[in-house]
Amino acid sequence: MIEVDRLTKRYGNLKAVDEVSFQVEKGEILGFLGPNGAGKTTTMRILTCFLPATEGTARVAGYDVFENAMEVKRRIGYLPEHPPLYDEMTVDGYLGFVARIKGVAPEDRKRRLQEVKETVRIEGYGKKLIKHLSKGFKQRVGLAQALIHDPEVLILDEPTVGLDPNQIKEVRELIKSLSGNHTIILSTHILPEVSMTCQRVVIISDGKIVAVDTPENLTRQQQGAAHIYMEARGSDVEVQRRLHQIEGVLSVVSRPLGEGEASSYRIETELKQDVRGRIARSIIEGGFELLEFRSLQLSLEEVFTQLTTQEEVRSQ
Amino acid sequence: MRNLLAVIDKEMKIYFASPVAYGVLTVFLLVSGYFFYNILSVFIQRSMMMAVQAQQFGGGAPAMDVPALVERNFFGIVSTIILFMVPMITMATFADERRRATIELLLTSPLTHFQLILGKFLAAMGFFVVMLLPTLVYQVFLYLYSSPRMALGPVLSGYLGLLLLGAALISLGIFISTLTESQMVAASITFGALLILWVIDLSAQAAGPLVQEILGYVSILNHFDDFSKGVVDSSSLVVYLSFVFLGLFLTYRSIESWRWRT
Repeated sequence: MIEVDRLTKRYGNLKAVDEVSFQVEKGEILGFLGPNGAGKTTTMRILTCFLPATEGTARVAGYDVFENAMEVKRRIGYLPEHPPLYDEMTVDGYLGFVARIKGVAPEDRKRRLQEVKETVRIEGYGKKLIKHLSKGFKQRVGLAQALIHDPEVLILDEPTVGLDPNQIKEVRELIKSLSGNHTIILSTHILPEVSMTCQRVVIISDGKIVAVDTPENLTRQQQGAAHIYMEARGSDVEVQRRLHQIEGVLSVVSRPLGEGEASSYRIETELKQDVRGRIARSIIEGGFELLEFRSLQLSLEEVFTQLTTQEEVRSQ
Repeated sequence: MRNLLAVIDKEMKIYFASPVAYGVLTVFLLVSGYFFYNILSVFIQRSMMMAVQAQQFGGGAPAMDVPALVERNFFGIVSTIILFMVPMITMATFADERRRATIELLLTSPLTHFQLILGKFLAAMGFFVVMLLPTLVYQVFLYLYSSPRMALGPVLSGYLGLLLLGAALISLGIFISTLTESQMVAASITFGALLILWVIDLSAQAAGPLVQEILGYVSILNHFDDFSKGVVDSSSLVVYLSFVFLGLFLTYRSIESWRWRT
């Protein structure tokens, strides 16, 4: 649905976006993750035909954003970082205006207006002036604006920024419910947002893509090794000796728990083989009490820091 | 066409939602009304004095066309007041769209730049016409109370001149509004630019014959004089329409250029 090929945007000597390439399939939600100033907004602005690229191409629904801007614009709903609202208009007046300039047919306008208001749950607010709405509601009107012409592609720039936790949850659920019918690109610098809403993540730093994958794969790959957390009661020395005998265990770090002879263990194992079963059996067979046993996952947060700081080190 | 109407409609809504609009309308009516009254009473007094003098010294009173003189002076004054009003009308057109980031909505919608600019220009002209409309009442009174009835030609040409002058100044104001994100800065620069046009007009009157002729062509205020006298000169029409075209063309280029810069 969206194909981006070696897209570059230069401001003087500064490369805001540097040879970025990625694809988004129909119905997919792609997360665009990166620190502030990484080039997320610039990339989105190129995709929405707001800015021209310096080099490279981008196609939306088969249309080039530069050559066929009008066709692309018809198919894209865009929510910029600041929702583009006219404070002195009513919600209905505003959405009506957007429907007109987005090319919604006159006979469909009323129905679409009603539908998007239901989708973003602002049914009762049609007659209200936008300036009297709270921030959360303004954001919803912004989303309604992006949805009004039922676009195939939705591009949302930090859709949850500045909202309170409940509103964030609602907006995320809303976005999730829109996938399938719509192809969505969503930018954020908040990591849990990506693992909660997106099927695939593009991590971008200093204008370059540093990783593209599913949130799960990213966390796994970056680990290099699997980690297991275990609590057991029994002689610490004996437990450690048994653990080291198991093939695939790379290192063990133990810490006393303070109650009797119990200790906690952080075990690093090879990624290739799953040794969890063997570890558990070995502990039980040795006559120890197994209190807790679980796999540790690196949070996306840690992956993100690793990837983006590695990048910094490399560029230095 | 549909897009154009949508833009005009939205611009009009925004105009009349703003207190600035009502301020502009009020000030314009107060000032133009005051000058109309003033000019009218001055010329009536003068014509009465001439009539008295004629009686004292014998002989017929020299003909004095009071309505024509009033119209000429009134249109002259209004064309100056407009210089102060146009910056207020055009300051927000693009500057405010940039400040509130709604420009991203407009430029990512399937609208052509031409539709956007023309829509904004026509809406500003619409506001300008709304501002001028009440002054027609003055003309109605002048017509009803003049004897013999005043000629309507100069009134029509005067209003045509005001519309053309307004269009030229508005297109310049809209262009200047694309240069900044601040309405206030846009208004100040526009006002400054209009003052320069005014100064060109004044210096043309004081300069030597050759310079006077050249500046006379350039000065768009100078061309207005013909209209207030009831003369519709095709060269003046061409000057005004070219000025409008130039202003809108520069606006177009300016929008293109900040797409490449920002």
